[in-house]
Amino acid sequence: MSDTQPLAVREKQELAKKEEQTVPGRYFVPPADIFETDDALTVILEVPGVEKNDITVALEEDVLRVEGKIDFSKYQGMEPVYTEYIVGHYARRFALSGKIDRDGIAAQLDDGVLALKLPKAKEAMPRRIAIN
Amino acid sequence: MALFPDPFNTLLGLQEALETFRTSGWLQSSPSGAGSYPPINIFRKNDEYILIAEVPGINKSDLDVQVKGRTVRLSGSKTANYPENASLHRRERLSGRFDRSVTLPVEIDADGVKAECHGGILALSLPRSERDKPRSIKIG
Repeated sequence: MSDTQPLAVREKQELAKKEEQTVPGRYFVPPADIFETDDALTVILEVPGVEKNDITVALEEDVLRVEGKIDFSKYQGMEPVYTEYIVGHYARRFALSGKIDRDGIAAQLDDGVLALKLPKAKEAMPRRIAIN
Repeated sequence: MALFPDPFNTLLGLQEALETFRTSGWLQSSPSGAGSYPPINIFRKNDEYILIAEVPGINKSDLDVQVKGRTVRLSGSKTANYPENASLHRRERLSGRFDRSVTLPVEIDADGVKAECHGGILALSLPRSERDKPRSIKIG
């Protein structure tokens, strides 16, 4: 995509949950990019303000669950005078169709962007069949 | 004054406080007021104003901050790259250029401005200029 295009603002999307939270607070859905290469599926999520240790990534029964908690103690003693967005934790789930090699999952957090590389399980990789 | 006294209510308290000041009239309307990228929040802390913007995926080197008088200008570009041979299933992250300036209703001390960018959050601390601070007047 061209870099010369002006960047638009998108409102943060609030998470619609099946179950209610016991701790009050609003969660948001982080914008995601997903792409697939021959050997892996990569999920990229934007979670600004989340520290490395506050990210939970879990894979249960082909559902990938990602949660990022923000540290709101930094806002202690600050009085808002003008606001355009709401601060909150992030959560999102993805149902994976292919088989993933769980032990090989790698996560990387840079500038508030979380990149999850989910390597495909051996049996799910395409195999070239030689024709005799 | 403790703004968020109950620790269990802190996030909700913060969120409610943020909601109350959504696009308040504090900021003077300018050509690149609300609705421009990046979205910003402005807080007051003692004699300082703190501007916070969410800029995920933007490297420090791609971000330019300028302060002149009462105006703060944020510009730069955001990119999202994919490997060439990848098949894209979902693309929600936006990329492009941005240039936004906001004019604050208070004088700021341009020399005292500090900028920090960490984990996709840009924080600017904008100290109020000495001559703009209110003075107590003794009643004679």
